[in-house]
Amino acid sequence: MGETAGSSVQNEPRGQDFEQVLGQSDARLARFEDRPPGLIAALQHGLHGNPTLVPVIVLVVAIAVFGLIAGGKFFSPFNLTLILQQVSIIGILAAAQSLIVLTAGIDLSVAAIMVLMSVIAGNLAVFMGVPTVLALLVAFAGGSAAGLMNGFFVTKVKLPPFITTLGTWSIFFALNLWLSGAQSIRSQDIDRNAPLLKFWGEGFAFFGARVTYGSLLMIAVFLVLWYLLNRTAWGRHVYAVGDDREAAELAGIQADRVLLSVYGLSGFVCAIAAWASIGRVGSISPQSFYEGNLQSITAVVVGGISLFGGRGSILGALFGALIVGVFQSGLRLANVDVLWQVFAIGWLIILAVAIDQWIRKVSR
Amino acid sequence: MHKAALMGASVIFASAFGGAALADVGACLITKTDTNPFFVKMKEGASAKAAEMGIALSTYAGKIDGDVETQIAAVESCIAAGAKGILITPSDSRALAPVVGKAREANILVIALDTPFEPADAADATFATDNFMAGEMIGKWAAAKMGDPAGAKIALLDLNPSEVSVDYLRDQGFLQGFGIDIKDPKDIGDEDDPRVVGHDVTNGNEEGGRTAMENLLQKDSGVNLVYTINEPAAAGAYEALKAVGLEHQALIVSVDGGCPGVQNVADGVIGATAMQFPLLMASNGIEAIAAYAADGTKPVNSEGLDFVNTGVTLVTDAPVEGLPSISSEEALHQCWG
Repeated sequence: MGETAGSSVQNEPRGQDFEQVLGQSDARLARFEDRPPGLIAALQHGLHGNPTLVPVIVLVVAIAVFGLIAGGKFFSPFNLTLILQQVSIIGILAAAQSLIVLTAGIDLSVAAIMVLMSVIAGNLAVFMGVPTVLALLVAFAGGSAAGLMNGFFVTKVKLPPFITTLGTWSIFFALNLWLSGAQSIRSQDIDRNAPLLKFWGEGFAFFGARVTYGSLLMIAVFLVLWYLLNRTAWGRHVYAVGDDREAAELAGIQADRVLLSVYGLSGFVCAIAAWASIGRVGSISPQSFYEGNLQSITAVVVGGISLFGGRGSILGALFGALIVGVFQSGLRLANVDVLWQVFAIGWLIILAVAIDQWIRKVSR
Repeated sequence: MHKAALMGASVIFASAFGGAALADVGACLITKTDTNPFFVKMKEGASAKAAEMGIALSTYAGKIDGDVETQIAAVESCIAAGAKGILITPSDSRALAPVVGKAREANILVIALDTPFEPADAADATFATDNFMAGEMIGKWAAAKMGDPAGAKIALLDLNPSEVSVDYLRDQGFLQGFGIDIKDPKDIGDEDDPRVVGHDVTNGNEEGGRTAMENLLQKDSGVNLVYTINEPAAAGAYEALKAVGLEHQALIVSVDGGCPGVQNVADGVIGATAMQFPLLMASNGIEAIAAYAADGTKPVNSEGLDFVNTGVTLVTDAPVEGLPSISSEEALHQCWG
């Protein structure tokens, strides 16, 4: 930090040369930087204080650039609301993922929980004649229980989150294949027996835009979680545990209890995604969203939430999901081959984490 | 034997009416998984035929698609058990080739079902669907059904970016059947016919089908013909069309013959689908093993192909002249899953 010439002078000169000139040196112990820090450093500081700024800037720039490249088709209200629909499920999963990542964990099982819960709700409501509301309640309870199971292994058995959820990912996927027989539940059968399951796929149109309730649900999930994380004591505890668990415990926070609640809530949000996914996809498809876990992590990382925990706003994950959606839509409309879309998203992840590392240097 | 028990092998012994001559013939069926309805049907066909012919059948399956180790262990168990023949759907066409080579050295007849080995002659024979022909069938049907093929705007919903053989065979077969110059038959998307609106990938499921259809509608909302790699992708495409009220504008064709897919033909979601026959692949396979055990004869490939074609049938409720097809009602008795 600049020039902190620190040494004090109080004794008589004793004959050694360097000591004789000490009196002329700066006698202050330390001082704050008061020179203008330069544009880059100011940016670094600004971003450190407000990490969501990066994804917001990237999103705005991406929309502008693709608007120029792909033209009016990209900018149409229909396309912009279509992007919103297309990212809605991964977006909700990313909200669940953000909760875990904020505690310096990672959850590979989010999409598996979601698909399993959609299969459970579907089997109950469509084939077994259970009232749809009851089937959904079972799914919500099941999602929460699945999340708590992850939390149990992380807090009580002390397994790393990565390993825990790597295991439960397989477990939930196998259960899903067993329950569904790898066979989809058809859209027409859902319409006949349990149309409420498809509620989030409905929507309304205005000025050529088509907004589904599922898109609004995604935004609502983010806003509620943002409120919980930023305006409640629980939320502060989540950030504290994620930033420095030991310090949090010394401050009297029961870290295990906080973590358990985070995993449970994350599982519950996955069950919300399960309901929304039935509306989005139209049918209940046990083979869909196999890579949903990785896509949710992509959204979180691109959204500027630090994988080291405790830093980043959950709204970042929303912007992260939208950035990925905008890139895919824009590249597609610019007639770029699918494999180059995959390529571009890969670079986006690397870039996002590199920026995160650079911002983190401020605190050293 | 211990290993076999660990892997949960099930053995169906010759029943009372089984031929005495074949009583000591053992056969193995090794599928990619035992949850996918396609393989469940395969197992059903093999079991029924084995019971009928008095062959002792052991069945094995990988845990997931791509589970090479379990399949290798299963082949080794079959060699150790002295089986006469092995029917296998290789999870990895290349990785399984060496171990089935060992089986053939032990004079075991190896038949690949559904998925060929690379190279195909790593096995004694391959019993599979002619996927190019399946595509051609629905392409021809679509051309006849549309009346004015010149006004077609075609969206193609493929499998994934790696363009595996089943993917390009069905896609290119469809375009050729429809009457479009496909250029390189192994390359998806090199066509320059303006009637092709575009290709996108679906991963063969509903979610991917819906997203891909939405994307292609963004390119051209006038799409009136949709090819899909399989029936789940077709169901997703239909949802996308329905969401924007275009479900009556576009004709959807597909390949597979799964029961939900056939039901979707009956419901008017899919115009036509080409049905494949996993049950036949397996029961023909058992017959081939019986023939090999009796006098050493090996199956001969279908003419002009490097595999034995187990057949494809067009399923539609709107038959067109010159193209044999069956109705969805009939197909519901033959579908798998």
